Amino acid sequence: MCIDILNHMVSDQSSSLDRVFHALAHPARRAMLRQLAGAERNLSELASPLKMSFPAASKHVRVLEQAGLVHRRIVGRTHLCTLEAKPLEAANDFLEKYRQFWEESFERLDDLLDDLKSKSQTPGRGKRSPRKK
Amino acid sequence: MLTRVFDAPRHLVWDAFTKPELLKRWFGPRGWSLVVCEVDLRVGGGFRFVLSGPDGHEMGMRGVYQEITPPNRSIHMESFDDYPGESQVTTVLVEDAGRTTLTATVLYPSQEIRDIVIRTGMEHGAAESYDKLAELLSGSV
Repeated sequence: MCIDILNHMVSDQSSSLDRVFHALAHPARRAMLRQLAGAERNLSELASPLKMSFPAASKHVRVLEQAGLVHRRIVGRTHLCTLEAKPLEAANDFLEKYRQFWEESFERLDDLLDDLKSKSQTPGRGKRSPRKK
Repeated sequence: MLTRVFDAPRHLVWDAFTKPELLKRWFGPRGWSLVVCEVDLRVGGGFRFVLSGPDGHEMGMRGVYQEITPPNRSIHMESFDDYPGESQVTTVLVEDAGRTTLTATVLYPSQEIRDIVIRTGMEHGAAESYDKLAELLSGSV
């Protein structure tokens, strides 16, 4: 049973990253997140710069909610949205790991290239002209 | 976007990136080894790498080549087993006086994440950790 819980946690994490990246994949949603980074905003404020209808904007906000990036509370007919940054940290972790991966790999590649260069410069294999008598 | 200069001629760097026998000698962080390395270097061909780490962890990735112009340019899609989504990577090698500059452009919404995170961090007083995040997302290795 313990293993089931662990597996569930692991797959949870990757599917939540899935939802974050899916949420970020649309320019309109990224624009909304940028607006929300400053303050709580209502749906009309989010929709208007994008020249979007209320229902269309609401659908995009729904995707952001599902990704855990936005919290929406409804007061009367107003939908107030706030940014939740935690899921972005997970996405950033991924990018950081990616960068570290390449940094270390490239250091190893430096060593290999030095090795390959010295092999290709072995005396007798170069194109030096023969010594004159 | 990853940029790195190597003190070696371009054809060697190209070989290092495309030949399994060479890839096995550098690909991956220290302590990890490439236990699976398959490269089908042609348009539409795929590659598959599996790295095995010190505690038995395995990390796999795969991809498909979309464009190959040896010895200086390739475009491929890649995805990691444990992470969602695919990235498109464009790799360009430029040689100058025996040194090769690698520029790999990974299509990813990192710019957006950075902007959003910086602003949110300041709002919530977590500026320090977000500064660090902003730095690492500024693009070059």
